[in-house]
Amino acid sequence: MSLTRRDFLKGALAGGTLLGTAAPAEARPNKTMPPEALGLLFDSTLCIGCKACVAACKRVNGLPGDPISEDLAMWDAPLDISAHTFNIIKVWHSGTATNKDQETDGYAFMKQSCLHCVDPSCVSACPVSAMTKDPVTGIVAYDPGACIGCRYCVAACPFGVPRFEYNKALPKIGKCELCRHRMADGHYAACAEVCPTGATLYGKVSDLSAEARRRLALKPGETTTFPRGRLGGPDWSYQGTAAKYVQQIYGEKELGGTQMIKLAAVPFEKLGHRPLPERSYASISEGLQHTLYGYLVMPAVVLGALSVIARRNVKPDDDDDGDSAGGGKR
Amino acid sequence: MANAHAVAPIGGRLVTPVTVVLAGLTAIAGVILLIRFFFGIGAVTNINDGYTWGIWIAYDVMVGSALACGGYAMALLVYIFNRGEYHPLVRPALLASLFGYTLAGASVIFDLGRWWNVWHIFWPGYAQINSVMFEVAVCITAYIFVMWIEFSPVFLEKLGLKDVKRKLNKLLFFVIALGVLLPSMHQSSLGSLLVVFGYQVHPLWQTILLPLLFLMTAILMGFAVVIFEATLVSVGFKRPGELPILTKLSRIMYWMLAVYLVVRVGDLLWRGTLGAMFVPGFEAFGFWIEMAAFAVPLWLLASAESRMRPSRLFVAAVLIMLGGFMLRINGFLIGYQTGEGYHYFPSVPELLVTIGLVAFEILAYIVFVRTLPVLPKHATH
Repeated sequence: MSLTRRDFLKGALAGGTLLGTAAPAEARPNKTMPPEALGLLFDSTLCIGCKACVAACKRVNGLPGDPISEDLAMWDAPLDISAHTFNIIKVWHSGTATNKDQETDGYAFMKQSCLHCVDPSCVSACPVSAMTKDPVTGIVAYDPGACIGCRYCVAACPFGVPRFEYNKALPKIGKCELCRHRMADGHYAACAEVCPTGATLYGKVSDLSAEARRRLALKPGETTTFPRGRLGGPDWSYQGTAAKYVQQIYGEKELGGTQMIKLAAVPFEKLGHRPLPERSYASISEGLQHTLYGYLVMPAVVLGALSVIARRNVKPDDDDDGDSAGGGKR
Repeated sequence: MANAHAVAPIGGRLVTPVTVVLAGLTAIAGVILLIRFFFGIGAVTNINDGYTWGIWIAYDVMVGSALACGGYAMALLVYIFNRGEYHPLVRPALLASLFGYTLAGASVIFDLGRWWNVWHIFWPGYAQINSVMFEVAVCITAYIFVMWIEFSPVFLEKLGLKDVKRKLNKLLFFVIALGVLLPSMHQSSLGSLLVVFGYQVHPLWQTILLPLLFLMTAILMGFAVVIFEATLVSVGFKRPGELPILTKLSRIMYWMLAVYLVVRVGDLLWRGTLGAMFVPGFEAFGFWIEMAAFAVPLWLLASAESRMRPSRLFVAAVLIMLGGFMLRINGFLIGYQTGEGYHYFPSVPELLVTIGLVAFEILAYIVFVRTLPVLPKHATH
């Protein structure tokens, strides 16, 4: 009887080890941005809502339309990003919606597309490396050849970006990949290429960040120069006036930062951009996993302990129909 | 002692009104799945980009595998905590687990958009070890194999392969150890899946303790299912019940429940989110059902007399199963919100697939216990 009790305590110890494994996650710091990372700067105050970027994105990515109805199949009028629309311009408005970039009786445009997170949840979530982050450009790319269609990326993305083809027998995930397929021949993100006002600007994130900071420092109404297309490319700049910016660069710190950064004159929360902590969710999740399973140390130790205990407790012919089970019980 | 551990097929007819209905439900699910594979998941389900995981994941996999933890919970009790007196419950529990897990694994395939690539999870170069999903997939797959090995003595007995069985018995301790380790890993990781969702999971459920909560409730649900099944088997097959053992088991459950509730409420207190349960809405509603389903059994099982009443045990077991169900449905569906404007409620075909899976599971269980040595041999039968 005393033996049994000792075994029980041993078992309790092993069980306790298992249960105790959910200790507070060991910190895995946020990942850092590659120095040559590429991205976009979207300036809501420059956007006129023409949606040239939406059309260009569809053209260069060979995406079918999202028609407003089945009767008007030719009329591509998406209301949101989808597996066939990687980029959309949405409008926010209040009251009479007459004043651009003002909170009362105003309206403002906002672009939604992949933010190319510095520490992306989708990459952390994907079990088969179908979502990857380029170590040089930092572009978050999707490889349908690897993808199993589990949609953990769709569920995990804090910005609701990866989308799935629900009505296809052989479906894929769809998201912006910053036109990485067009880089070989000197092209860059089509949305920035075609933007008539420079509201969407392409370039190295470090340059875009400096440009964003320059704009935030401008006095509202001050005349200034706005580049278009690509920072460091041909000079397509024009003279304009600075808006009354909200003193925040969205994407600079949110969840460890994003490679698409945004400026606006209306609080970001109104434009569908919630305040987010600086710690990336990927770092929390991976910190937890590494604490529990790092180098398989804990599972190996627990398996060893369980084996020793089970070896003592499993009688030689435990499951037999009784021929030697009589001596089994100590 | 030895005779009490003996098992035998219970025999009887395989074609009965019950099995015919179960087979019919299975066939309906099969037809719907055929449509799904030809026309896409959206053709038969209501999932969308806001709720990309519907009940095929939240119920079939998350709840389904937890309800299949009977084998794991009993192995933990019998072989690790050395409580040999519970041995008669091991085989039937293991059988239910075997089907539960095998079907949870199969239902993942129905839900995978690009299922033909599923082997990538196990393939170096594709496998992404930081992914919680990777850990879950590998552990569940491994556990399904381990359970078939654990259960194989039953087939070997039937086939009369005594030699193979004897050899296997020598290694069985290691298989059993794996059979305890693997579910501990993936049942906790099923909770960890939610961690990366961040703010999208309501504060009542988003906690770093998710793996612990999921693991504890999985074990509790495993014990509850054992009571549930033992009760149904004794009523359904008109056999004497296992009441004395179930009474003892329920005492263990009582203490586990108490610890679980302390951890659950303590975590909410620690994170300062207790107030969220008083904000009217689906989340608070789901939370109260979940907590009540765990708290009421604590009261039902409190006294030694009440633990000896089969009806009380049964109700407590059903409530614990409901509580575990609600924790998972709350975490993955009710408490999950990715943004405004998304709605999800399962479609009829979607529900019929889940119902068909459960029907198939019960059908297979009936066939197995009638033809294979699973249930304890009773002289009075």
